[in-house]
Amino acid sequence: MEETKTAAAANLEVFSEVLQNLAATDKDIMVVTSDSRGSGKLVPFGQKYPEQIVEVGIAEQNLVGVAAGLASMGKKAFAVSPACFLTARALEQIKNDVAYSDNSVKLIGISAGVSYGALGTTHHSLHDYAVLRAINNISILAPADNFETAEAIKAAAQMTSPVYIRFGKKGMPENLQQNPDPSDFKIGKGRIIQEGSDLIFIATGEAVLPCVEAAKLLEQEQQISCKIISLHTIKPLDTELLLAAAATGKPIITVEEHSVNGGLGEAVASLLFQKGCTNKFQIVGLPDDHTVSGSQIEIFNHYGISGEGLKNTALNLFQL
Amino acid sequence: MQLEELKRKSIENRKKVLQYIYHAKAGHTGGSLSILDILNVLYNDVMNVSPENFDSNDRDRFIQSKGHSVEALYVVLADKGFFPEEDLLTMCQYNSPYIGHPTKSIPGIEQNTGGLGHGLPISSGAALAAKKDNSAVKVFTVLGDGEMAEGSNWEAMMFAAHYKLDNLCAILDYNKLQITAPNADVMGLEPIDQKIEAFGWAVKHVDGHNLEELSKTFNSLPLVEGKPTFIIAHTTKGKGISYMENVLKWHHGVPSKEQYDLAMEELDLQLQELETVLK
Repeated sequence: MEETKTAAAANLEVFSEVLQNLAATDKDIMVVTSDSRGSGKLVPFGQKYPEQIVEVGIAEQNLVGVAAGLASMGKKAFAVSPACFLTARALEQIKNDVAYSDNSVKLIGISAGVSYGALGTTHHSLHDYAVLRAINNISILAPADNFETAEAIKAAAQMTSPVYIRFGKKGMPENLQQNPDPSDFKIGKGRIIQEGSDLIFIATGEAVLPCVEAAKLLEQEQQISCKIISLHTIKPLDTELLLAAAATGKPIITVEEHSVNGGLGEAVASLLFQKGCTNKFQIVGLPDDHTVSGSQIEIFNHYGISGEGLKNTALNLFQL
Repeated sequence: MQLEELKRKSIENRKKVLQYIYHAKAGHTGGSLSILDILNVLYNDVMNVSPENFDSNDRDRFIQSKGHSVEALYVVLADKGFFPEEDLLTMCQYNSPYIGHPTKSIPGIEQNTGGLGHGLPISSGAALAAKKDNSAVKVFTVLGDGEMAEGSNWEAMMFAAHYKLDNLCAILDYNKLQITAPNADVMGLEPIDQKIEAFGWAVKHVDGHNLEELSKTFNSLPLVEGKPTFIIAHTTKGKGISYMENVLKWHHGVPSKEQYDLAMEELDLQLQELETVLK
């Protein structure tokens, strides 16, 4: 995977733009940041709407507590902080003050997964799906492209229940669908990026793009036709779409920028196994090990979250 | 509310706290008796909140950070008419909404609390929202002395002063005992007033069982324009029951039949004394 191929804006930039549009007509939109205004691309937001941005300093527990308090008073609070800190440092606040207390905070995990690359494990969030999946009353989203990001933020602003949305900071395609359908987004519903008949990729967030690349290689080199599902909502799971896909009996590969423990792959596996599906099945993600150092792309390539890597995973799966 | 009426309520509500803890065979007895006078004054003489206006965004907010002393809150809310008092007979029983910490499923309760160090950040966010809306809403929170060791409290301390949240009042239930030992042995707080003043708050010491002083203080907030208020309420754990006062085991001790009867006798006597004085 090349760094700039098909890159449009970073999902982060799309997020900031959409939020500005929302704030223009809604005074209840409040952005809460933990010295993350710059990294969250929120400087223009702060300049335009200084009354609607709240800085808490580097204090993630307070970030989430304050956001919960704002939400309890009717504000549409977006708590924006690097995903690594937001979902670990402030996990108890997410569990108690947001999810348990049903305060409709919108938690925005920026520079998620291994976006921070060589800054290392302190700055990686490979645990967030797992820990949040075990907490009830919170939706978990990871948009794959600019389109999904914009739609997810617009939907989150209207949600009355808690939601977590995470994305990276690298440029992403505007829309991964070959023939984009602008009405094709609903929280809790997966999005079919392309149809295919031999193999199924189920991926989320910035791990969808490598599936598109792998599908091209498999088609060109092996005449293997791949279906790709962008499961932008990890919770609640789109069981209908997943079971329909599995009913074809074709091999399934799940791909995520997250630990292989407790994330998208295990969520899908749990559903399918309990429904009696016997598809060949492979979970691709970050292994249960210290993460190799490098840029996001280098880390992706190292662990096979790439066109070439996923092609090989697919071919191996067919051999089983 | 008349001071005499408040005094009567304080004793009667102590009886109820003990009654329901005794019935449930569970509860944080010492802390509930410690904060009861503060809650009585807030709900009956200070805050603009009642069952009638609880749907209004203009109501004052109370968030109990030391959630474990929920029995005092339950009794005060029931007395205020938020729910039938007999509901408390289900406290801590299977499938009862009246669990051992505050939850919003109970009428009158604003936030789910129980984890320590959570009330002040949430209260600060609520106070900021009120400021943004140019609303007159005041936000009160009661903190335990043990939970002052939680770092999140100090994050919120910085925040509330930075945003000049003078519509926020934090009340420290300073009974000086926590579950293991005195605060001074577990993790010393002193000089707590200087620490909080240095964070930019207006600080005042009060007797946490002097209803008149509590009422006067809470009704003359903010202490300083542009600063959040921190009231250090000096209290007695187990207040009102001679054998419970300042005795560690009553943190979550439940009285035996004999102890319960003795406590009720003591409180009845206090009620009689009050009536005599009033006559």
